[in-house]
Amino acid sequence: MPVTLVKERFPSKVGEVTLGATAEQGGTRDSVVVVGGDNLLPFLHFEGKVVHRPVIAMEVTDIVPPWNEAIKAQFGDVLDNPAAWAKKCVDEFGADLIYVKLIGADPEGFNRSPEDCARVVKDVLAAVGVPLIVVGCETPEKDNEVMAAVAEATAGENLLIGLAEQDNYKSIAAAAMVHKHNVIARSPLDINICKQLNILINEMGLPLNKIVIDPMIGGLGFGIEYAYSIMERARLGALANDKMLSMPMICTVGYESNRAKEANESVEAFPDWGELADRGVLWETLTATALLQVGASILVMRNPAAVKLVQHNIADLVEVAEA
Amino acid sequence: MGLTGLEIYKQLPKKNCGECGTPTCLAFAMALAAGKGALDSCPYVSDAAREALDSAAAPPIRAIKFGNGSVLGDETVLFRHDKTFYHPTTILVHVSDVWSDADISAKVEEVNGLEFDRVGLHYSMDGIAIVNESGDAARFAQVVQKVAAATEKSLVILSDKVEALQSAVPPVAARKPLIGSATEENYETVVALAKEQALPVILKANGLDALNDLVEKAQALGYKEFVLDPGSRKPVETLANLTHLRRLAIKKKFRPFGYPVVAFTTKNEPLDEIAEASIYVTKYASALVLKASKKGQVLPLLTLRQNIYTDPQKPIQVEPTLHAVGDVNENSPVYVTTNFSLTYYSVEGEVEASKIPSYILPVETDGTSVLTAYAAGKYEPEKIAEALLNCGVVDKVKHRNVIIPGYVAVISGKLQEKSGWKVIVGPRESSGIVSFARSLSL
Ligand code: B12
Ligand code: SF4
Repeated sequence: MPVTLVKERFPSKVGEVTLGATAEQGGTRDSVVVVGGDNLLPFLHFEGKVVHRPVIAMEVTDIVPPWNEAIKAQFGDVLDNPAAWAKKCVDEFGADLIYVKLIGADPEGFNRSPEDCARVVKDVLAAVGVPLIVVGCETPEKDNEVMAAVAEATAGENLLIGLAEQDNYKSIAAAAMVHKHNVIARSPLDINICKQLNILINEMGLPLNKIVIDPMIGGLGFGIEYAYSIMERARLGALANDKMLSMPMICTVGYESNRAKEANESVEAFPDWGELADRGVLWETLTATALLQVGASILVMRNPAAVKLVQHNIADLVEVAEA
Repeated sequence: MGLTGLEIYKQLPKKNCGECGTPTCLAFAMALAAGKGALDSCPYVSDAAREALDSAAAPPIRAIKFGNGSVLGDETVLFRHDKTFYHPTTILVHVSDVWSDADISAKVEEVNGLEFDRVGLHYSMDGIAIVNESGDAARFAQVVQKVAAATEKSLVILSDKVEALQSAVPPVAARKPLIGSATEENYETVVALAKEQALPVILKANGLDALNDLVEKAQALGYKEFVLDPGSRKPVETLANLTHLRRLAIKKKFRPFGYPVVAFTTKNEPLDEIAEASIYVTKYASALVLKASKKGQVLPLLTLRQNIYTDPQKPIQVEPTLHAVGDVNENSPVYVTTNFSLTYYSVEGEVEASKIPSYILPVETDGTSVLTAYAAGKYEPEKIAEALLNCGVVDKVKHRNVIIPGYVAVISGKLQEKSGWKVIVGPRESSGIVSFARSLSL
């Protein structure tokens, strides 16, 4: 007997956000990336449409990153050259976007000027045709200056810039508004703060389709379950027509997963954990694939080997099931 | 589960005779709905009513037990935030009877060795699925016995051929394997074998409609120890089927699908296979058969399983009492952290690696991380001082130095004032503890 299946008909969908701008649109990108738009729970093709597949943004920093050798070795000699590094991510590893993190701005580190930071971003823009995500050094006052300079220098490029947080969102949202960029709104694993922040940013005049949510994640083995459930709730909220939760979500997978000891320690140090080569790659991969199941739209990743596996996983999931 | 008093009342005789110990049928129904009393107290309830109530009261997904402590199913929600998931996906490694004896032994040895310790938790692989790919019944029976002798873990015995199952299963029935698969063609014999040996059996059909038919027919044989296999072998289809089965069981209490579900991976490259497996671990597979079995490949998957199946209401915690690491003495350093198990074991691992015997005091923070606790006002200097002074360490060390997490450096002045101890700010990440500890001169 045919079974009557339960197919949810959700009243709403995840909002769409367009990143980047082509020459006609006032920018210089070869093509744009659109995220969001889905009216279903992740990859359940039987109840809606996967409008835009999830995308991978690869991380590029403006100083040589302190990552483990297994990751660094895959990039060869480009890690001291953000433009060449970004190009490699796109040409060789198939990155959909580049995520530039301006760590060099850190007042307790290189303390680079906002102008220098903007120049790095311009260099990367010149080197690749994909849209860019740009964040600062996670020192709020400095980031406000840096992002204002970056936003201005790249006006028209429709970047995704961050990070707007509950106690520091005004300057960055203003910079995005004036220079026509999108904003990452980050909240500490909390649905209410997430909504509140979106309301505040929206009240300043930035439209909802210019906001992407960073729910903050924990990596595999270090709190991923909190992110998993917060994101699942947010996705259900978006589908149930909660407009302040309906933005696509970005997850800093590479950063969180690679902080774990399990992603870095050799088999000699932990014989019971097995070879680092597989373990490290999978630590980042599973952090990504688990969050794909609860609605991640943009995965920020760093290990090219993990990127490849996640690309396969996404391809498998967006493939439309045969009837 | 979840029947209302009125729903139960409808099934009662409505004699209001009081023999059940409550004055009226309605009162009795209300008591049953509240989980008090047993249906048997009413002498007049009809067999039909008893069956209706029993099946309505049964959990939405039946619990199926097999092997060495494996429990499948018995889940009650679709999303872990609605309550929790209860029975972590049972994960089994595929072993084929076309392999050489030496390869089989090596694989079983490898699976036996899949034991891991991290952050105070122990993970292991649950068992082995022996698959009859040779088509040869005698060979299959021989391999099943060989594997059974070589491992204590749970076993799944899989063949398309009735004769192969008939010869392989009975000798190892005492191990309570899960057997399969019963299909449209052979279900009568296979279910009969399962019933006779009192073993759970996988029902496999191609697609959900066919599976529904098969379950109905198999149930009509008077047996209910089933695990379902909707037959799909493509990730996106398997995800859809796992979701449909879980939704119908939970939201509609659709009885034919009220059984646990087994999934099989299809990717051949091991890392791709683990990524595929992560889909089924997050989305509803009760059991999962996979080929990859290297430690470095399996640990990430078992970690994900543990994470997804932790109870969202209760972070895993450690006793907020003084812990000694190594052969401590009166000069040993004293670290304070929180009682969130993840935080505590991150610190303990590094303190151990420093090879300097030390004390660690996890302060009671309701199982939250350092910054979460600090932000929530659960890691205040007053509280830490009190824990420090009351935990007994005062009598155990002769120095008065306490090391705090780098993330809460701001509390050092206040803590020093409240406790009278000298506060040393440690590194932010626990990974900095080894070099930090070496540089300490207490
Ligand atoms: C998961 C999480 C949660 C979970 C709780 C998980 C838990 N059981 O603790 C939930 C969702 C419940 C939560 C809630 C809140 N959170 Co929260 N949360 C996080 C998150 C993402 C990860 C925390 C974690 O598990 N870390 C892993 C553990 C192992 O780290 P850890 O305890 O710090 O331990 C490390 C080090 O400190 C060091 N260490 C530990 N002890 C010691 C001791 C010594 C001596 C030394 C040397 C080192 C050391 O070793 C460990 C490994 O390196 C962080 C952000 C992040 N990515 O870090 C935010 C974060 C901690 N949360 C934050 C906030 C504000 C909150 C809330 C107050 C706000 C809210 N969201 O409503 C609530 C409070 C809830 C409450 N009332 O109890 C903020 C804190 C801000 C601040 N700087 O004070 C953070 C930093 C996010 C942010 N950037 O805003 N949170
Ligand atoms: S014994 Fe049965 S019939 Fe009599 S009151 Fe109780 S429930 Fe009703």
